[in-house]
Amino acid sequence: MAAKLLAYSDTGSPVHRLNGVTKLAVFLLIAVTGMVIYDTRCLLVMLAISLYVFFLSKVPFKQYSFVLYLIIVFSVLNQLAIFLFAPDQGTVIYGTRHELLPIAGRYSVTAEQLFYQFNVLLKYAVVVPPALLFLLTTDPSEFAASLNRIGVPYKIAYAVSLTMRYIPDVQQEYVNISTAAQARGIDLSRKEKLGRRLKNMISVLLPLVLATLERIEKVSAALELRGFGRGRKRTWYKGRSLTRKDWIVLACAVLLSAAAFAITFGKGSRFYNPFV
Amino acid sequence: MRKPVIEFDRFTFQYRAQSEPTLHGIDLTIFEGEKVLVVGPSGSGKSTLAHCINGLAPHFYPGERSGSLKIMGEDASALGIAELSDTVGTVMQDPDGQFVGLTVAEDIAFKLENDGVSREEMIRRVRAAAEEVEAEAYLNASPQELSGGQKQKTTLAGGLVGGAPILLFDEPLASLDPYAGRATVELIDRLHRDSGRTIIIVEHRLEEMLHRPVDRIIVIDEGRIAADLPPDELLCSGLLREKGIREPLHLAALRYAGCALSPEIRPRSVETVDLEKGGRAEQLRRWHDANAPALRPTDREPLLEIERLTFGYDSADPVVNDVSLTVGRGEILCIAGRNGAGKSTISRLICGFHRPQSGTIRLGGRDITRDTIRERAETIGFVMQNPNHMISKPLLYDEVALGLVNRGVPEADIQDRVHETLRVCGLYPFRSWPISALSYGQKKRATIASILVLRPDILILDEPTAGQDFRHYNEMMNFLLKLNADGMTLILITHDMHLMLEYGQRAVILSEGRKIAEDAPARILGNAEWTEEAHLQETSLHRLARRVGISPEDEFVSRFIRADRGMN
Repeated sequence: MAAKLLAYSDTGSPVHRLNGVTKLAVFLLIAVTGMVIYDTRCLLVMLAISLYVFFLSKVPFKQYSFVLYLIIVFSVLNQLAIFLFAPDQGTVIYGTRHELLPIAGRYSVTAEQLFYQFNVLLKYAVVVPPALLFLLTTDPSEFAASLNRIGVPYKIAYAVSLTMRYIPDVQQEYVNISTAAQARGIDLSRKEKLGRRLKNMISVLLPLVLATLERIEKVSAALELRGFGRGRKRTWYKGRSLTRKDWIVLACAVLLSAAAFAITFGKGSRFYNPFV
Repeated sequence: MRKPVIEFDRFTFQYRAQSEPTLHGIDLTIFEGEKVLVVGPSGSGKSTLAHCINGLAPHFYPGERSGSLKIMGEDASALGIAELSDTVGTVMQDPDGQFVGLTVAEDIAFKLENDGVSREEMIRRVRAAAEEVEAEAYLNASPQELSGGQKQKTTLAGGLVGGAPILLFDEPLASLDPYAGRATVELIDRLHRDSGRTIIIVEHRLEEMLHRPVDRIIVIDEGRIAADLPPDELLCSGLLREKGIREPLHLAALRYAGCALSPEIRPRSVETVDLEKGGRAEQLRRWHDANAPALRPTDREPLLEIERLTFGYDSADPVVNDVSLTVGRGEILCIAGRNGAGKSTISRLICGFHRPQSGTIRLGGRDITRDTIRERAETIGFVMQNPNHMISKPLLYDEVALGLVNRGVPEADIQDRVHETLRVCGLYPFRSWPISALSYGQKKRATIASILVLRPDILILDEPTAGQDFRHYNEMMNFLLKLNADGMTLILITHDMHLMLEYGQRAVILSEGRKIAEDAPARILGNAEWTEEAHLQETSLHRLARRVGISPEDEFVSRFIRADRGMN
């Protein structure tokens, strides 16, 4: 059966009780702040807060383990790539050069480069927990309402929600189609050579795509029959209004990011420089 | 004076993609508070009629119309789908495909959300609609958790929550098991009686619909109205058989027994039909005695033996629990049970799509429990319900040849075997056609051909006749009977009672993963406890036999089926 990846489950934590709009707004705020600033101290403080809130949410590890591994793999690749393509980025930014380990040619490990790459890693670490939190602790039904609330047109917001509604069905359909295909000798496992496997993949995907198109036609008819797209605005059954707690959390997030910006740009540079 | 709510006047509709109109010169008036049933074979235009009423045609399915259609006195051509949805609440077939909310409550609320109703009022109205259809207990459930009947109730509530005075049902029974189907028919009837809404039902399953009274039946054939009559008159007219619509079984039995039929005896349902006057009961008893007793099924050499099979995604909660069953060579076995009873899982276990936790599967005496999917496919063929899920090549020939190509069969042999199989399946003339040009029934046969070409000993078919009208149902089943006569063993997974009764030599009933019954279908369908467990229904034949005092009832049913087979 399909794993319950990134599935919503209510642990009843304070994070779950927050409005989806709040969580989305906080996530966006932290993402922007984390991406812009390079001030190590601010990033460390933000990371600590992020991790603490994540801990508060009591989301079980296995719900996001796969995504986490994926993120780790990609950030390792990213780190290697930075070093490969810009081994002197750190010295350029911080203006000094403390060589630690020469490798070959222009490649040598400098303290500045290490510090720079540590900062990059930190930025990811700051952004990932709120992103996961928004995905994992927001009732999927509230998703579309939240997106619509922050200005996304409701047709697009609803498309997101509808996709989530149909993912399990399509997954199940894929399993059914591919097993029936296997019975006819369409092998998708590693036993088959790559070229053949790709060809076989198409044999399974074609009926899946056609079935999905059929499904889309039916759903769109159902949507229209119930007045979807009638007005410029609509209301939401699951749309909650913001409570006092939401406003407090939002205010804290705004203060935090304002402080981070103030500290970072107060000295006229996005970078915190420990080398001078 | 009754107020007309829907008025078709010389109305014609032609889809843009079609060269001829689908509806010709329709004249039809439906009055406020009426309950009208629209029947007709596939392709007759009955769905198009429904689409014209709710605006899907021409707004969603483009086309040209002429003549006039008024809904609540207003010209329909001036109204869009959204405006029409205030007047006509539509409940489409296949609740799965139209679930738009992540929970039942949201799905019901959808129409109100789009109308911009405030949240407080929305919650109140959703609750009221859910209560009206008795769905309030699972408002927070997600669609995947619901049974077929619960899904149907949800879409029904979603159709009536907007307060539309007309409710339109497009094949409401299509994806329901007989039990949920009957509950739906009763629910629609209650909605009609309690609220005075106008109800229009498009459905080809006439007998099930007539479980509750309807005011009129409209027969559509080739885009025209072939009849517009009260049920009793229509049933006596002989028009149904002419138009390829299955008549209720009790009516066919009365006919075979030579009973005179007239509207006065109220033949619309087995409960209402008058059997005493005119000696009809006596005629039925005499017919029963004159027909030879049904043959006992012969003992067959076992082909597939399943022994104490257990499987579950979660070992504490098995989906198939300690099931043993034997399929004889050349037999037609039906496996029935409600949704989630394990009937699909057991077929998947037989094909090797899942590995059982315990138990063995033997084929022709050889243990195949450890064989891979592909090895099993040499002897066991599996045909999915929806042919579109199996078709992966654009051309018919390539599709049927696919399994052989993958097995590395030499080119020359492939052609011989594909042509031979296409002949058996009646598809030889279409061998170079694209599959998309085939009809649904032909596609279905194409998927069977693509499995048959691998020369299995046994064929498992999941709901082989689902969604097909009476004519296509007969065509498909006659085709399968022919295969069976040539020696093919068939396992049919179904909750279609007609199919079980008419074609199953034996039936196995599963409930909560266990086998609870195994017997001749006529006997199973006469057992209240088993039918209840499997979400089936006693047939009208059983009730007819009981009413005239024939015992055992299943004997009467078996004799009827044999006579019926002889007639068709």
